[in-house]
Amino acid sequence: MADMVKIATRESYGNALAELGEKLDNLVVLDADLAAATKTGIFKKKFPEKFIDCGIAEGNMMGIAAGLATTGKTVFASSFAMFAAGRAFEQVRNSIGYPHIPVKIGATHAGISVGEDGATHQCNEDIALMRTIPGMTIINPADDVEAKAAVFAAAEFNGPVYMRFGRLATPVFNNPDTYKFEIGKGVLLKDGTDITIIATGLMVYESLLAAEELAKQGINARVINIHTIKPIDKDIIIKAAKETKKIVTVEEHSIIGGLGSAVAEVVTESCPVPVIRIGVNDKFGHSGPAKDLLKEFGLCSENIINTVKSAL
Amino acid sequence: MDEILKKQLSITACKVRMGIIEGVYNAKSGHPGGSLSIADLLTYLYSVKMNVDPKNPKMPERDRLVLSKGHCAPALYSILAERGFFPKEELKSLRHIGAMLQGHPDMKGTPGVDMSTGSLGQGISAACGIALSAKLSNDAYKVYAVLGDGETEEGQVWEAAMFAAHNKLDNLVAIVDFNGLQIDGAVTDVCSPVPLPEKFSAFGWHVITMDAHDFDDIERAFNEAEKISGQPVAIIQKSTKGKGVSFMENQVSWHGSAPNEEQYNQAMSELKAKLSELEGN
Ligand SMILES: Cc1ncc(C[n+]2csc(CCOP(=O)(O)OP(=O)(O)O)c2C)c(N)n1
Ligand SMILES: [Mg+2]
Repeated sequence: MADMVKIATRESYGNALAELGEKLDNLVVLDADLAAATKTGIFKKKFPEKFIDCGIAEGNMMGIAAGLATTGKTVFASSFAMFAAGRAFEQVRNSIGYPHIPVKIGATHAGISVGEDGATHQCNEDIALMRTIPGMTIINPADDVEAKAAVFAAAEFNGPVYMRFGRLATPVFNNPDTYKFEIGKGVLLKDGTDITIIATGLMVYESLLAAEELAKQGINARVINIHTIKPIDKDIIIKAAKETKKIVTVEEHSIIGGLGSAVAEVVTESCPVPVIRIGVNDKFGHSGPAKDLLKEFGLCSENIINTVKSAL
Repeated sequence: MDEILKKQLSITACKVRMGIIEGVYNAKSGHPGGSLSIADLLTYLYSVKMNVDPKNPKMPERDRLVLSKGHCAPALYSILAERGFFPKEELKSLRHIGAMLQGHPDMKGTPGVDMSTGSLGQGISAACGIALSAKLSNDAYKVYAVLGDGETEEGQVWEAAMFAAHNKLDNLVAIVDFNGLQIDGAVTDVCSPVPLPEKFSAFGWHVITMDAHDFDDIERAFNEAEKISGQPVAIIQKSTKGKGVSFMENQVSWHGSAPNEEQYNQAMSELKAKLSELEGN
């Protein structure tokens, strides 16, 4: 698996939007002075008249997006996760969430893998924030194939969607010819009976690597990819709880309020089994290369392996 | 301005620019353009204007500076190192794992940093809070806030502008670095915040415009600011993004990218030439 093609999911976002522009006449893409980084710049180059830069004003951008969408435009509003979910939280909640307007939020540079910019830009809270908004769909794709599919699905979906993309180039492990994306459906990537690793986003591939190594050591771990964190696929989680009796969750996000919390909520209500959460452990990040930070915060296959072993 | 002082400041500003390049080059990331455009401003403030003590960075009566455009931390770090708040050697580990110098200013970890910033638009509000506190307890210190021109697109900047004027914060000077560029292009192409002087005036501020790279003019502007009472002061400084490194000047692409080795060498040799010219006569 080592020599796989790597693409950052923000790149997939930009490319998918550029493709979408060909098909959707009513598409409008908004950004807040980060087109070069969120990769909406790819779209802007192809469809300059359908791209509106709102300047460094994320709260206003969410209101503009809401207004545009009420008239039937398909709107994608983009910024870093910190500013899309963080700065503009209340505008997203009251102008998009409450009226259930189908604005699609493309939030890039999520999580600790932002790297050198440090704590002010490393958003480990966005999934938690967005989960609390009634009717918000949250998608955190794991690779290029899934990210593009998610953008196409979101464009057709009749409701607000928060999409989370990463800065770091990550291995493309899904097969574009066979991959099927369905909002709200978890993906069983590897069957197993000893324990289940439930992962999302950047951590899915790390979980696959961990499971491969665990298999060599005689531990048969199931791996599930939860790309849609809300609404979450309860069935796949309950089935795993029943069949494997133990769950480890992995996310590049705070352990508070994200995937781990969502899984634990499902499990405690329907089939209580131990759930061990791997994520950012109620701490702020700091500057450094993304790869080193991921290691430091235990967001890597090595830590998943160790956690699984001590859980068994 | 006194010629000897002007020469000293020019030398320091050149060293500050070298520190910026050193930091960003070693970090392999960061924001050289907007850092270079405020090098002269920060040099003047920290060398002449501000009452600060590198040995006692938390001195209660010190003047405060909030770098509201926190991505230009390399400039702040470089002048703080020049002034002796911490060793210059620290600049080389900017943005590294475990380093004191974070990608954006961190008041918990870095001596001389008065406020943590990085999310645009928020620093000026904190600066208003610091200035208000001085008013409430009759403290004499001054507060300086440094903003980007792109940053003024944030609504929060204007909420703070309204607040500062309403509360007659004449101990607050906000300097807007009008370099004309943000990330996606020229500020007037992205979502134009101009005209800034008229906007600040309409919000009740005393407005001064200044040439950001001319110490005579910088002195004139700050001397005028000092005389204003009953209202906050906005200094709109006309600057050149990337100032001092020929190939970075006025180039939007140098907003947030680091030089490679060849570019680093060229930038440093330009600055070294400038420095020896200044020191030579
Ligand atoms: C709230 C917020 N939105 C977006 C960003 C990302 N960002 C960093 S710098 C920058 C452009 C700033 O332009 P300007 O204020 O003109 O700064 P300068 O030209 O002085 O570098 C942007 C959009 C941010 N740091 N904070
Ligand atoms: Mg600017």
